[in-house]
Amino acid sequence: MSPALPLLLAAFLAGIGTYGVLARRHAVLMLIGIELLLAAAGLILVTVGQFSPDPHASGAVLTLFVITIAAAEIVVALAVIMAMFRTRGEVDLTGEAQPAAPEEQPANSGAGTVTR
Amino acid sequence: MTSRDVLFAAVGLITAAAAVLAVTNRRVLHAGLWLVVSLGGLAGCYLVLGAELVALVQLLVYVGAVVVLVLFALMLTRSGGGEVDTSPAHRWLAAGVGAGMTVLLGGALVAAYGWDTREVAGPGNEHIGEEIFGTWVWPFELLSLLLLAALVTAVAVATTGHSRDRAA
Repeated sequence: MSPALPLLLAAFLAGIGTYGVLARRHAVLMLIGIELLLAAAGLILVTVGQFSPDPHASGAVLTLFVITIAAAEIVVALAVIMAMFRTRGEVDLTGEAQPAAPEEQPANSGAGTVTR
Repeated sequence: MTSRDVLFAAVGLITAAAAVLAVTNRRVLHAGLWLVVSLGGLAGCYLVLGAELVALVQLLVYVGAVVVLVLFALMLTRSGGGEVDTSPAHRWLAAGVGAGMTVLLGGALVAAYGWDTREVAGPGNEHIGEEIFGTWVWPFELLSLLLLAALVTAVAVATTGHSRDRAA
């Protein structure tokens, strides 16, 4: 088969992932864009590994490594997002950089109790 | 056009369409569910390309674990019907950057590999396993350390916000 087809799909996924990262305000939805970017990287690695094989099987092995690193990355990112939700009550990326003022804490802790 | 080409085009179209829906859907849970379809379709693409092991790991790790985590995070962080997208001008700019990314990356990759048909001659599963525990064994062990560190970090970060909340 022609290698152009998977490579074009990878390029399209990378473009969609970039759009998702730039156009989303919800932090978890932005992570979906990052997932698609990593998926595009994996598809390029697998395609190159299948069409021009090397003795170390780098394409497949590196894709497995990328999948593992993506799992670790998403776990830490979601923990940070959950901590952000507990302290601020929302996960809007266009919000103010400063966390909520101390006197607003009781209102936010109400939102925090729901998540427990 | 071989049958493999046709099969890949079909699975790839599903993957691409689901990816578009995952980044444009305004309902957060639906976006997460479209991500499941997209990553599952990508596993199908790996299968068509002949990389069975990578396809199965993709299905297990992404669709089985990562997306479930994302869906739980989406459900836990629901805070009313807030806007999830940026302003239209910002989105048009993002679409321009994304289209530029697609054209540049696609052009460079296709220019490097060309349209002519090649033989799919990837390594077999046995060979991949031998290489992971041979040539790549130290990166592999480091990755297990990374996963442990990520697990501990995630628990620490998540419970830190918790205790501060309780103290307030």
